[in-house]
Amino acid sequence: MAVAAITPDYTGERLDRVENFHGNIVVYIGWDRHLMFCSPIAFAMPPDTTFGKLQDEMIAGAYSQHPDFARIDWGQVSWLLNGEPFTPDREATLEAQGVDHKSIIRMQTPGLEGIGGSHS
Amino acid sequence: MAARKLNLKERYSLLTRDLDWEYSYRDKKEIFPYEDFEGIKITDWSKWEDPFRLTMDAYWKYQAEKEKKLYAIFDAFAQNNGQQNVTDARYVNAIKVFLTGVSPLEYQAYSGYAHVGRQFSGVGARTACQMQSIDELRHVQTQVHAMSHYNKFFDGFQDFSHMHDRVWYLSVPKSFFDDARSAGPFEFMVAISFSFEYVLTNLLFVPFMSGAAYNGDMATVTFGFSAQSDEARHMTLGLEVIKFLLEQHPDNVPIVQRWIDKWFWRGTRLLAIVAMMMDYMLPNRVMSWKEAWEVYFEEAGGALFKDLARYGIEMPKYAATAIAEKDHISHQAWSIFYNYGHAAAFHTWMPGEKEMDWLSEKYPDTFDKFYRPRFEHWREKEQAGERFYNPTLPMLCNTCQIPMGFTEMDDPSLIAYRQSVYKGERYNFCSDGCKDIFDHEPEKYVQSWLPVHQIYQGNCGGADIEKVLSEYYRINMGRDNLDFHGSPDEARWNEWHNLQSAEDRLKKAG
Amino acid sequence: MSKVYMALQDNEEAHYLVEALEEDNPDVTVDYQPAMIRIENEDRLVLKRETVEEKMGRDWDLQSLHVNLVTIGGNVDETDDEFTLSWN
Repeated sequence: MAVAAITPDYTGERLDRVENFHGNIVVYIGWDRHLMFCSPIAFAMPPDTTFGKLQDEMIAGAYSQHPDFARIDWGQVSWLLNGEPFTPDREATLEAQGVDHKSIIRMQTPGLEGIGGSHS
Repeated sequence: MAARKLNLKERYSLLTRDLDWEYSYRDKKEIFPYEDFEGIKITDWSKWEDPFRLTMDAYWKYQAEKEKKLYAIFDAFAQNNGQQNVTDARYVNAIKVFLTGVSPLEYQAYSGYAHVGRQFSGVGARTACQMQSIDELRHVQTQVHAMSHYNKFFDGFQDFSHMHDRVWYLSVPKSFFDDARSAGPFEFMVAISFSFEYVLTNLLFVPFMSGAAYNGDMATVTFGFSAQSDEARHMTLGLEVIKFLLEQHPDNVPIVQRWIDKWFWRGTRLLAIVAMMMDYMLPNRVMSWKEAWEVYFEEAGGALFKDLARYGIEMPKYAATAIAEKDHISHQAWSIFYNYGHAAAFHTWMPGEKEMDWLSEKYPDTFDKFYRPRFEHWREKEQAGERFYNPTLPMLCNTCQIPMGFTEMDDPSLIAYRQSVYKGERYNFCSDGCKDIFDHEPEKYVQSWLPVHQIYQGNCGGADIEKVLSEYYRINMGRDNLDFHGSPDEARWNEWHNLQSAEDRLKKAG
Repeated sequence: MSKVYMALQDNEEAHYLVEALEEDNPDVTVDYQPAMIRIENEDRLVLKRETVEEKMGRDWDLQSLHVNLVTIGGNVDETDDEFTLSWN
């Protein structure tokens, strides 16, 4: 059941519907096996942001402190979008390639083992 | 002829149960409108056994006696500058977490028990809940008094109530209790009286109170003992309520099981902050979180669920995951707060070498493999003047509201991601436990007030994060937050103790 | 068979309660922990007001046990004269 409630057919206000974000969507980015960053991160950005901008500005801004970051071979990175394999198009917008509100993008850099090989 | 004196059983009956009456001019379902919608069936309220036979006169008398003893010790603590006798000032951050995170839950409990204390048609249950409501109000008051003395000397205590309603990590305890209080009366009792006050209570109380005892915090220890005697009543109420519900009707069993599964999981997630407190914030450590979990959940809880098996109740659904997580949860939680130490109203720091060795010893399978390397890296960075702070906002779990810092137990270097799509919208979770809770009642959890999303919606003021922290959260920047090393708390502590040494030196010279 | 238990704050008054419990429950085990005394027995534990009064040398109200109680395990039965813990 959708909820146990004293009023029949109770529905709750959806606090995080996309309309509440002033034209932005929320996108989450996680760098797999780099747990120095304790959890994936949340960004709010326009849906017509290009993947290139996401990569060059947001991802770089978030992760450049990590010693592995400078060693990333961007050609070898594999990506997941909401758990499924994804090949991003740098020139295309997030919207155009299926990155919708509250989507999760995961970055995988096999061979880069984190701090002291601990996946941190 | 002298009047006969009533015995305890008679007094109790006359002054509690017998004050109830048969409702003759309104329908019982009008008077008690919340009893049916959860699907719980009560066939015979007279089967309710009162856990204790306290009449109000006895209640006031003995509670007053406890209060007099307690406040005498608070006075002595303050008069003797007890705040200088804690092991070191890092300890005080543990009780900042308590005052901002836990004390407001006592206030929520007072409110919750007052509500259900009216809503049950069984007079015995109403009586027990009304008394517990007053106990909980007493707890928030005494906690505030215990810690108010520290407020004169340390940063981060001053706005606990305001912060509880707004700050990102405090939405975790707040949403836990909001969830319970907005549920029906029977779920509230299974959530709080049983799951929290009986099954998991020792994992909240013992760490904080023993932590206080081991670190010279007389005020908190004394509060703890004073509250414990109330807790004994609360625990027996929790046990009574679960047995009563399970014995009343077989249809109650699957409903109660689902609530046990849910509230065990929500409680376990909430306790992550206690785990990190035990392992990282106590200069004199009591035991490891792993050890506490083994004693208070695996052993004690194991015995309890064996007892409940005769009703058809099983161990909570994700108990195995929680047990596996005991090796990880404290380190992951501390990493979250270290990452976001600039946004917290208490200090964080890296453990020293001896402390890391203790962690290696207590967590032989996980600490050196997964956590020590990053902590050593962070320590190096701090020593080089580049203390690490995470420049982003974290992704939060939609149910427990904690940053998604928990990993898969079959591959602990991978963050656990779970997602549901409901009415065309995505919702994300840290675990199967949290996803299950959402999937069962999505119309409740679509309403989660997630601090990071609220910031992005512009509901927390600030053109930038600095303003959110300083104006919306009212964190005193550079005082309440950041690393312990370099903080005003540390500077004051050093000043007090150097002053003491200077006096001693003078005395020795003279 | 499950053990019933009572934990008391370790203070002056509690020492008399422990003496009374030991007298009325011969097989009881008493464990002194930091600031706390834990008393355990198989199946049943009874605290008798009369025994406590005899040890204390004054009148004593059974319900003032609440002031010193830390925690209990077992089903409670209370009268004016006896406080009993038991498991079914």
